[in-house]
Order: sequence, then C-alpha cells, then structure tokens
Amino acid sequence: MTDRKEWPLWEVFIRSQHGLAHRHVGSLHAPDAEMAIKNARDVYTRRNEGVSIWVVKASDIAASSPGEKGPLFDPANSKVYRHPTFYEIPEELGHM
Amino acid sequence: MYAQMVKTGVDRIQSSEEMSPEERAFQERIDADIKIEPKEWMPEAYRKTLIRQISQHAHSEIIGMQPEGNWITRAPTLERKAILLAKVQDEAGHGLYLYCAAETLGVSRDELMEQLNSGKAKYSSIFNYPTLTWADIGAIGWLVDGAAIMNQVPLQRCSYGPYSRAMIRICKEESFHQRQGYDIMMKLARGTPEQKQMAQDALNRWWWPSLMMFGPSDADSVHSAQSMKWKIKINSNDELRQKFVDQTVPQAEYLGLTVPDPDLRWNAERGHYDFGAVDWEEFYQVIAGNGPCNRQRLRTRVKAYEEGRWVREAAEAYAAKKAARAQAKAA
Amino acid sequence: MNEQEALFEYLLRLGDNALILGHRLSEWCGHSPALEEDLALSNVALDLIGQTQLWLNLAGEIEGKGRDADKLAYLRDARDFRNLLLVEQPNGDFAMTMARQFYFDAWHYLQLQGLTGSKESRIAEIAAKSLKEVAYHLERSRDWVLRLGDGTEESHRRMQAAIDDLWMYTGELFEADEIDRTMIQAGLGPDPSALQESWLDLVRATAEEATLALPQPGWAQRGGKRGIHTEHLGYILADLQFLQRAYPNAVW
Repeated sequence: MTDRKEWPLWEVFIRSQHGLAHRHVGSLHAPDAEMAIKNARDVYTRRNEGVSIWVVKASDIAASSPGEKGPLFDPANSKVYRHPTFYEIPEELGHM
Repeated sequence: MYAQMVKTGVDRIQSSEEMSPEERAFQERIDADIKIEPKEWMPEAYRKTLIRQISQHAHSEIIGMQPEGNWITRAPTLERKAILLAKVQDEAGHGLYLYCAAETLGVSRDELMEQLNSGKAKYSSIFNYPTLTWADIGAIGWLVDGAAIMNQVPLQRCSYGPYSRAMIRICKEESFHQRQGYDIMMKLARGTPEQKQMAQDALNRWWWPSLMMFGPSDADSVHSAQSMKWKIKINSNDELRQKFVDQTVPQAEYLGLTVPDPDLRWNAERGHYDFGAVDWEEFYQVIAGNGPCNRQRLRTRVKAYEEGRWVREAAEAYAAKKAARAQAKAA
Repeated sequence: MNEQEALFEYLLRLGDNALILGHRLSEWCGHSPALEEDLALSNVALDLIGQTQLWLNLAGEIEGKGRDADKLAYLRDARDFRNLLLVEQPNGDFAMTMARQFYFDAWHYLQLQGLTGSKESRIAEIAAKSLKEVAYHLERSRDWVLRLGDGTEESHRRMQAAIDDLWMYTGELFEADEIDRTMIQAGLGPDPSALQESWLDLVRATAEEATLALPQPGWAQRGGKRGIHTEHLGYILADLQFLQRAYPNAVW
C-alpha cells in the first residue's frame, strides 16, 4: 500500500426497530465520525433498517486472532451443563 | 457475468496429496462449508483470485450505473424517475459493499479504483453497450439484472464470509430491480405501436449481449474448476446460461415479443430450450476494449474520480484540522 | 386572481422547487466524488422527487382541471414553471452544488416550518413530512460547506467562488409578491420576508465557521416565481419532458 490518502474505513453497527442489539451491517469510507454516521444512514438504512447507528474506525477495533480460535472457543464446548437441554425435567411438571 | 473469466493463477488443480498441511486444512474447511474469514490463513492464489473477482464485480456495479444513469433525467414519469434513481443508487451501494468486502483481503479502495481507471481491471462486457431508448432501461432490468441474479443467488453461499454477506445484502436489495425492468417492458408491450416497437428493438439489441454475460463455455477451464473447488464459483457458465434462457423465453412470450434467435426452440427431450451460437468474437472484442462504449464509460469514470479528488482531500484536511484543534484544546 | 388561483400558483412554486432541484441532484448520480456521496445525494434527490409528487398532485387537485403531478411536471413549458432561479442553476463543481443546496436547504427548512402552521391541513401535513427530510438535507449541505470552506486551499477557493456566484439568486427567496400576500392573509403560508433574518443568521454563522466571506447585499436576480427563468431551465425541461413530448398520450 502506498502513502496515498484515502478516507478511513469505518465499521457500521445498526440497531433495528425490534429492540435487538446493534448488529454489524458492513463498512464504508468517511473523512470523520460525523460524516461516517451520516454516510451510514445513507448507505445502510435506505430501506428503513434502523433506529440507531454506531460507527467505529476499523483500525480501532481490537479483534481476537483466528489462530487462537481453539483455546478461546473450544473449552466452552464441554460445558454442556450451561444449556437448559442438559437437564431432564419430568413431563408432568409441564413447562419450566 | 459481472465477473467474467476470472483467472486463478493456477495451471492445474492440486490433488489432496500435493497440498501442504495448511492447504489441506483450508480445503477441508471449504468442503465442510465452513466460511473463510479475513485474517485467517488462505492460499495466496485464493486471496488474489477473490480480490480479482470481487473487484470485477464491484467495478461492474459502478460502471453499470452509467448506461442506466443516462436515463434518470429523461425518465417519463416522476415515479419512474424515482424508481430508476433508487435503482442506480442501489448499484452504487452494491459497488460499495463489494469494495469493502475486497478491502478485507488487504487491498484499498483507491488501489482498486486506480486499477479500474487505468484500464487494467475488467468489468462486465454488458455495460459497454449503449442505452438508446427508454425501453433499454426495461431490458436492462429484465435481462441484465435477471442474468446477474442467476449468478448472485448461489454466490450467497460462497466460501468467503465477507463476500457471502455482501451478496446476501445485494440479493435482498436487488429483488426489485428485475421486476421494475419487466414492469417497464409490460407497459411498453401493451402500449402504443411505437412503444411495442421500442420494446422489441431493445430485446433485439440486449438479448445476445445478455447471453454473453455468463462468459464463454468454461467446461474445460482450469480456472473455473479451481474456483468451484474453492466455492467462489458455484455453477458453470453454460449451466447458468441455459437456466437464463429457459427462464426468460416464456417471459418474452408473455410480453408478445420475439427473441432474436431463429434457432431457438423447445427441446422436449432435454427439457430445455436449444438456442443458437453466441458470437464470441464480439464478446472478446468488447472485453478487449472495442465495445461501442468502452472508452466513453472509462473516461466518464476517470473524470468523476479525478474531479472528486479535491473534495475528498478537503474533507480529509478538515478532519485533520478539527482533530488537531480538539487535541490542542484538551492539552 | 382569487384565492384558489393564488393557492394553485403557490403550490406550483413549492412543487417546482422540489422538482427542479431534485432533477439537478439526480444528474450527480454516478459522477460524485465518492460512492458514499452518490448514495447520499441520491437520497436527497429522492426526497425532493417525493415532495414534488405531493405538492403538484395537491396543486392539480386545487386547480380542478384533471391535471396530476406528472401532467404538471411534464407538460408545462418553461414560462409556466414557478421555481426559484437558484434551484435551476447548473451543478457546476461539487462546491457549487453544495452552496446551492445549503442556501436552499436553509431557506426550505424555514419555509416548511412556517407551512406546518398552514390552515390548509393538507399543506401542513406535507410540510411536516418534508420538514424531517429537509432537516437532514440541511445538516448535510452545512457539513459540506464547512468541510470545503475550511478544507484545503483549493476547496476554500472553490467554495468561496460558489458562495459568491450564487448569492444574487438568494434575494428572490425572501421577496413577497401578491400571491405570497394572499397566502399570508389567508393563513395558508408564511411571510417570506420574515424568514430572512433566521436564514441570514444561519448562513452567516456557517460561513464564519467555514472561514468564508459572505457577499455584501446587492442586486438580486428575480423572476422564477413568475416564470421568467434563466436559460438553464429550458434545457432541463428538454431532458425531463422528452419522452412525454415525443410520444403524446403514451402510458409508461
């Protein structure tokens, strides 16, 4: 990559109307945060997709490394007792 | 297609035994339909091929804005104007999503734009044909978007996560594009004799270029075989072309229009339409830069990019000044 | 001119402003400085086309001669258009487009705000819907005036030139004529001259923040509101109306 100036890349998160958490929807370029939010509005909510926007500079995101996938996520596999289906409840008790 | 004849840089498919352990693990993940995500290990050829394919696709969206954009100011009603503008705007969005997907592979949008502007990068042959009448806007929606959708729907399942997610968004948004095109054609086909003539003329001019969009037969192409193995290409060119013809011919009949192919007939035995030979010489010429609008399209794109440079720089400079002022204030 | 005729004319002004500016902005699609901007400008254009339909349909209804928004947009000649001269000015460079947009948005916002209090409920409703859209347009065009004014040397020079060039078309925004006065008296629309101070406050503050010098008040070009336009409008209509004129009575 050269030292050419390009608007930085921003990651866009949108909360839809249904009360779910902000969800990553994509990215875009913008010169600053203010414009990034407006661009996000124009690019990612053209079909009434959201009621709230977060933008964050892609370079500011700290991410887990793909190489560590095993140690990070595999251990959770064996904790089956965290899931409700692990427990058998007599049918006559009904819903629990 | 929007990405035609994408080279993979390989001259033959490696067998499992020939692969390095990393390559083998990579291929196994693809075979198991596990998505590949940015920053994960991937063969260099996979990365490069994807950049080429995704950027070709993005360039096609951006160049594709021109033939249709040509008619935004001349759309015949306020509603048609709004619909067409919204559609061309969507194409800018689709180009944007795709450039962003390509950027996850370690290339910048500016680099990709410069590849396009220098004529080094390719885009779909179809956008080098002119839009001469309003019916061409209908024909593009119906035929060109119809052909594109055929390719894009399976690509939603492709192996690269960001590409697959971009395609999902694009397919969702594009669902109205083909319909609006057919809607224009219906109005024309049921309109005055001049309008019907306009519709037939558009079909005559766009039919063969639409079939060319799928690219030449790739039954023997090592690149296609490799791309399919990587699951960044899902169907063969001939397969998609046949599907397109089978789907489109009845739609033309419904409009009362004639497909400009004397060899076109239903083959009951195959359960498909037989159709005439595509003029691949024309296709290769268009790809090589000799289509009716290649130079015009590229010139227009370069002009917009160059004339926008001072604007992009100004916004960048303003952001820097503002950040510096905020910092000075905090200090 | 009775009140109904005046109202028809007044609605044409509202509709034609939106139509012509929306048309101008739609010319940018595919040619703007960045993809993000193609999307943003198109959104503004789409809002304005939507507003055009609302205003002109209402105008047609008030007129009562069976003309709808399309008939009014596509089958009148330039002399019958009632838009401000400002909105028909060519796009020029991006600075020119943004200066035009900012001057207009700042005024449009105030005008719509006034119209939300119209005694005619249909006008108030359209104004309320449009006001939300225009509040965003104004934020965006103001953003760009700031960024270009206080960006690089080149962008400053271009933005200053645009602000200067278009200034003489802003006087018309605030001049009340007989039609305006009829509307004011009937409680249908705001007094344009009353909008000037708020407009100037915003424009002045923005120019200052953008390090731009606002031109001195001077001779104003006028005529759009009564159908005396610049040469540019004829060419816009030649494009806009081509199909309707070439194929009369066809359905599209």
